[in-house]
Amino acid sequence: MTSTAEPELGRSRKRKEDARLVTGATRWTDNMALPGMMHLAVLRSPVAHARITSVDTSEARRMSGVRAVVTGTDIAADQGSLPCAWPITEDMRSPQAPPMAVDTVNFAGEAVAMVAARSAAEARDALDAIDVDYDDLPVVLDVESAAQPGSPLVHTELGTNRSATWTFDSAEAGTGGDVDRALADAEVRVERTFRQQRLIPAFMEPRSVLVDPTSEQITVYSATQVPHILRTMLAMSLGVDEHKIRVIAPDVGGGFGGKLQVTPEEVLTFLMARRLGCPVKWTETRSETMVSAHHGRDQVQRLALAARRDGTVTGLNVELLADMGAYLRLVTPGIPILGGLMFNSIYKFDSYRFTCTNVFTTKTPTDAYRGAGRPEATFAIERMMDELAAELDMDPLEVRRRNWIDRAEFPYTTVAGLTYDSGDYEAATGRAEELFGYRQLREEQARRRQRADTVQLGIGVSTFTEMCGLAPSRVLGSLSYGAGGWEHAQIRVLPTGKVELVTGVSPHGQGHVTAWSQLVADRIGVPFDDVEVLHGDTQISPRGMDTYGSRSLSVGGMAAVSATDRVIEKARRIAAHMLECSEDDLEFSAGRFGVRGTDRGTGISDVALAAFTAHDLPEGVEPNLDAEATFDPENFSFPHGTHLCAVEVDTDTGEVRIRSYVCVDDVGTVVNPLIVEGQVHGGLAQGIAQALFEEAVHDEDGTLTTATLADYLVPTAADLPEFTTDRTETRATSNQLGVKGVGEAGTIASTPAVVNAVVDAVRHFGVDDVRMPCSPQRVWRAIRGVRASSETAPEAGGGLGSMETGGFAGSEGDLR
Amino acid sequence: MIPAPFDYIAPSTVAEAVSALEEAGEDAKVLAGGQSLLPVLRMRMADPGVVVDLGGVTALRGVREEGGSLVIGSMTTHHDVMRDPLVHHHAKLLAQTARTVADPQVRHRGTFGGALVHADPAGDLAAPTLALDAEMVLAGPSGARVVRASEFFVDYFTTALDPAEVLVEVRFPMFTGWSAHYEKFNRVAQAWSVVGVAAAVRVEAGAIAEARVGLTNMGSTPVRALAVEQALLGRPATPEAIRHAARHATEGTSPVSDAGADIDYREHLAQVLTGRAVTAAAGV
Repeated sequence: MTSTAEPELGRSRKRKEDARLVTGATRWTDNMALPGMMHLAVLRSPVAHARITSVDTSEARRMSGVRAVVTGTDIAADQGSLPCAWPITEDMRSPQAPPMAVDTVNFAGEAVAMVAARSAAEARDALDAIDVDYDDLPVVLDVESAAQPGSPLVHTELGTNRSATWTFDSAEAGTGGDVDRALADAEVRVERTFRQQRLIPAFMEPRSVLVDPTSEQITVYSATQVPHILRTMLAMSLGVDEHKIRVIAPDVGGGFGGKLQVTPEEVLTFLMARRLGCPVKWTETRSETMVSAHHGRDQVQRLALAARRDGTVTGLNVELLADMGAYLRLVTPGIPILGGLMFNSIYKFDSYRFTCTNVFTTKTPTDAYRGAGRPEATFAIERMMDELAAELDMDPLEVRRRNWIDRAEFPYTTVAGLTYDSGDYEAATGRAEELFGYRQLREEQARRRQRADTVQLGIGVSTFTEMCGLAPSRVLGSLSYGAGGWEHAQIRVLPTGKVELVTGVSPHGQGHVTAWSQLVADRIGVPFDDVEVLHGDTQISPRGMDTYGSRSLSVGGMAAVSATDRVIEKARRIAAHMLECSEDDLEFSAGRFGVRGTDRGTGISDVALAAFTAHDLPEGVEPNLDAEATFDPENFSFPHGTHLCAVEVDTDTGEVRIRSYVCVDDVGTVVNPLIVEGQVHGGLAQGIAQALFEEAVHDEDGTLTTATLADYLVPTAADLPEFTTDRTETRATSNQLGVKGVGEAGTIASTPAVVNAVVDAVRHFGVDDVRMPCSPQRVWRAIRGVRASSETAPEAGGGLGSMETGGFAGSEGDLR
Repeated sequence: MIPAPFDYIAPSTVAEAVSALEEAGEDAKVLAGGQSLLPVLRMRMADPGVVVDLGGVTALRGVREEGGSLVIGSMTTHHDVMRDPLVHHHAKLLAQTARTVADPQVRHRGTFGGALVHADPAGDLAAPTLALDAEMVLAGPSGARVVRASEFFVDYFTTALDPAEVLVEVRFPMFTGWSAHYEKFNRVAQAWSVVGVAAAVRVEAGAIAEARVGLTNMGSTPVRALAVEQALLGRPATPEAIRHAARHATEGTSPVSDAGADIDYREHLAQVLTGRAVTAAAGV
């Protein structure tokens, strides 16, 4: 480029969408009101597993403002079964998943009735007047016992709680050796069982759906990550013609995978609106989010690692039990499989086997949550590498160096059969060590141990990679996924030279509008502010696969780039015609076509106007300056990074304080460093939250006891350290931009870094694991080798969470 | 999050509030800062027919010195308690404690009296109030009465207030010149205390001349750690001596196991944190 303007690519622009998002000036789904709109409220089962013996709605029907009260029986014939798009094996057992329970409830929080009323308050009041009788069935809560023969069943018709077993064996696949042999011959074996606790996505904006059935085409507004998928799935599962449905995802406030779903409530709101013939809106309460929106993680991981005494790993065997919850939602069964190809991470293992059994329990269904399978895998292997280092009395970084793929070895096909296109683990690790002051901290750790300080220092390492940029369609096909992984974009240069970019990805807080504007502004040579990004409406953006799996830039961005290139190609033809020269004589730079060797030329906006007026276009050129493109990646992208965490553990109380956190990520080419930084910070917060704070806990009846944000501990800035972040930049070779995903990196890498640090701080007490979240009590018990007297069965104590059982309702309460 | 319907009454005097409560009987709840009541209403854990809002009773706000006591109006916000110069001067422990309550938004809305009457054993302000031997001034249909803090906290979320009574103010003896510290142990910044320890001491010539210690969340009510106070008296203000005395912190407590901690861990924490609170208060 000859332009003197600062290039947009790589510029830390503030996000242009933020002013309206952070001031609330935007239109969230719940802000919308349509004429004649009814409000929907959903009654949920308080019990985890029961037969519904009767539902009495007579009183609710008579209440003020109530238009309709509908039970599962009322809509049994119309509601279909919620879709599961990922049958991981041919013999996978999948129960019917009605949006509203008809005769049996299978988790506490499942919908059992709904009320449409003139106001949200009237709808809510009427819920209290519905009388449901339940006949209790045995609850199934623990994934390990649920997988055993003889366990009570969640779905009796399936005859088992095991949904499917999926295996990958490097010996069978021809990608490596026999893991049993490696384990038998191992000089060192490390065996561990880790627990991936259940997490709740806890996005900021509650889910909300508004369905307008008043024209021939039904419009569905939803706070969803996946408007395109939702449209197709609504059509398929309800038998409605797809072209009669329009789905709009307005600005959406967070998702983290939690809104990658076709929800029961989307279907129920749709059915109610169609039934009443008027617009109907449902917006959930925070408590509804907690019990009924899908949860994440929840696996038991058994690992056995074989190694030589020099630290070289020769084999890894992984056996997973993955808790599906009560139903298979959109991609539930495939989540652990996404991790199945990542346990070998950045390492050159000789042999690998992965066996995952998916198991039903009477709990809220699980599904995608930031990282989806890959955080679980990364946690397990990074914990194992630290355990191996401890076993061999080697430095954990050294153990990794012995095993990782050297920078000269890319592209490298792993024991799991993936081909990593690029990476430089040496560079990222070297930089991280330097920023962290690794050696000095190790020295301080030794001094504190020697002095038997109350506060001990621990250092945790996590070198991660992930497969993201979901995904090559043919790979998804080979994994039995029900759709492709391509992405679509359209560029329209308007007659005045302004640019509209239509994208099929569906931002919900990531900053796509800014990043996409930067991408296109440079290439077309128009100012950043002259680009508008359109998305999230199946009528405006007709084709797309939406946003998840760190795919937007490496797949959707590439589609935008291809469409831009086509626009320029077309403009070149028109410009050549206008300038009466050959296309080959034109050079394009900073939005201007110039005739080589002359000062003659024309700008892109003049070309756009010429295309619009169409008075004099070259033969065969259609009168517009638009182009579209669909991009299907040939490979995943493989960002990587080295994260180092130092924690201080107060051995008197078990409290963990993060003293410093350094991460050096390699996400390839960066479009907007500020956005990347934000993604890393948010990701770190969520990953650290799993390590130290968050856990969805159920009592023995299957009731979620962490159903408010007073009990489910989402950390805030006050609970988190300052992050030191840096990047190395190794271009991806799998896409023209050289970009890799960043959305999940921080979450994937940070959890094991923190837990490794905690264990490292107290290893000299004989501790080799602390279960997540590493609460002060757990750490304290680990140090003392004391088992919990009772980890469950909480009694009434202080705080909001205790009020229901603590008799608040009967007490005096507040100020008198 | 929509509460069940209720009638809303906004009196402007204590007398009006009391008569509104008398009329409503058991069916009424009093709204102070609303930081506990509103979530409870919205989650429909309670559905009172009448809510009496004290927000307009301006006489209940403010801190003053009167008759040798420090008097804090029940509707004084945590923020105002935390910032008030009189509180700093005469009851530093309260200021130290108030600053640990939740977050700035809650501290600007939540009230001192509201927190005490809510009587959540995990609430932070009751322990220092008990330790400092406060008197609660209550107004009811038959006039005012005074209840000592040691008799005010009855059980979980239960106080000595009658249904038609309102907490008007809390009177504290002067602890001028005492130093103080509230040691709060919680999982995340905005969470309730797992255990909290309120300590105020007067150090004279390197020894502890007087001490007050109150414990948060070590029973169904706040607990005054009398055995610790006794053990501290006359001891040198050194970390070792204090740690030794702090071992008595579990005496007279009856903690429960809940999601935050098991009994044995809570007891252990009470001892460790008492040592830390007193040490910090003594400035050693």
